[in-house]
Amino acid sequence: MRYGDKVAVDGLSMRVERGTITAVLGPNGAGKTTTLETCEGYRRPRSGRVRVLGLDPVTQRKQLLPRIGVMLQDGGAWSGVRAVEMLEHIAALHAHPLPVPMLVERLGLGDCGRTPYRRLSGGQQQRLGLAMAVVGRPELLFVDEPTAGMDPAARRNTWELLSQMRADGVTIVLTTHYLEEAERLADQVHVLDRGRVIASGTPYELTAGGESTIRLVVTEPFPPDAPQLLATDLGSGVEVTPINARSLLISGQADASTLSVVSAWCEQHGILPESLTLGRRTLEDVFLQLTGREFEEADR
Amino acid sequence: MTFTPAPGSAPFLRQVRAQSAMEVRLLLRNGEQLLLAAVIPVLALVAGVFGARRLDLSFDHDPVDVLAPGVLALAIMSTAFASLAIATGFERRYGLLKRLGSSPLPRTGLLAGKVVALLCVQAAQCLVVGAVAVGLGWRPGSATGVALAVVAALLGTAAFGSLGLALAGAVRAEATLAIANLVYLLLMAGGAVVLPRDSYGAAAGVLQVLPSAALGDAFRAALIDGRPDLVAWAVLAGWAVLGTLLASRFFKWE
Repeated sequence: MRYGDKVAVDGLSMRVERGTITAVLGPNGAGKTTTLETCEGYRRPRSGRVRVLGLDPVTQRKQLLPRIGVMLQDGGAWSGVRAVEMLEHIAALHAHPLPVPMLVERLGLGDCGRTPYRRLSGGQQQRLGLAMAVVGRPELLFVDEPTAGMDPAARRNTWELLSQMRADGVTIVLTTHYLEEAERLADQVHVLDRGRVIASGTPYELTAGGESTIRLVVTEPFPPDAPQLLATDLGSGVEVTPINARSLLISGQADASTLSVVSAWCEQHGILPESLTLGRRTLEDVFLQLTGREFEEADR
Repeated sequence: MTFTPAPGSAPFLRQVRAQSAMEVRLLLRNGEQLLLAAVIPVLALVAGVFGARRLDLSFDHDPVDVLAPGVLALAIMSTAFASLAIATGFERRYGLLKRLGSSPLPRTGLLAGKVVALLCVQAAQCLVVGAVAVGLGWRPGSATGVALAVVAALLGTAAFGSLGLALAGAVRAEATLAIANLVYLLLMAGGAVVLPRDSYGAAAGVLQVLPSAALGDAFRAALIDGRPDLVAWAVLAGWAVLGTLLASRFFKWE
């Protein structure tokens, strides 16, 4: 997929199993929305093949649309329409919609039911967008950054809702740039960077491998050859990845004895650690190792 | 509450009914749209009739008999062109068209919903303008004349509606707002819709090709003389074909 000269998504391949939650994870501009919109039939791929529920999303759109639910990243309502009125309208376009009052209650839209769309907060618009996507009782749900702009309570509520939908047999594909969201919710994660899938697997597969990590943050910038020196001291089986001038990630055989080698190395080089954290590898670390960039850095 | 999938599309007619009811409701809620749809035509009629009587301008008929059909044509034009274009432009801008594009409402249903909503609003406009005109002494004439006016209204709606959609689908919403209002005002003043073409002197012949003049001519022929103005109908049909071609070529949903 291209926009002008810019290649947004290139050579992407993924498969989604029924009844699962798949997260497409990546920083802004990675190609998540383009991927989703290609599945929804909004865009036609220049090459390759997309099948959704066995249907071509462009040429067989009419058969496909009633079976899927779509949550757009923003907008999607008249500016003067009231929240519940909009939801009732989308419900009326479907054959067997969910009861609107129950959905309103479940998503906490009761307080703003009569508020015009343009006066809803960002989080309320997100929740209404999610409600519009699920009200038609789809078998397959595409949600684009479902919890962006939501407060923590609404985010947890949304996670519960999506988990319940999966339990009830709905297949869900979501994009997110919250690593925590992918880790907590997804059965399968595809990490996207610059239009390509750079890693796929369950959150456990992606973060496990017996690996734990140490993050070292220091008060003054490291000397230029610090990563190599430290790697030499740590010996084989341990990987040292610089994050920025003052922090680096140690992965592989990262345990208590590694910790002591690191602190000895700091002492030897007159470096004062600000923090030294031992933890399980996170998707953030996976992203860093695969791209050499910090996730937040890439997310700009 | 269970989320067990039960997907499916509502019957087409129910979708169209929901869509058109929604559009009418939103239009009635929008102050500027009401101004365009009802207040301006009524003001034009009242001011025109009193002004003409005061200045003792005599067309071939009583001023209200000439102005009422023209103002009805103006009302048809304002809704089919300006209101439709502006509303659709913002629907596109706010992602509503994209959103509905992933709902089970097919594009034909969206279009049908818009047409039904347009016709409902126009019927209401004609009742209001007609009632005011009757109050000013207008008699609508024969049933044939009214039927011919309905044909003219449908042709005019097709012409102005397709042009309005072409505009709304091609340029940004703000540009649509500005252009649609400007064109509407220019046509109202100089497009021979409210006033007959012969009041424009030498320009009368040239004006004949404008959709506004054709709609006004067709309304006056129907409601004053009770006859069809076939030339005007042909002009409107021509604009409808052109507008449809432009809309299908240039309309972008996002």
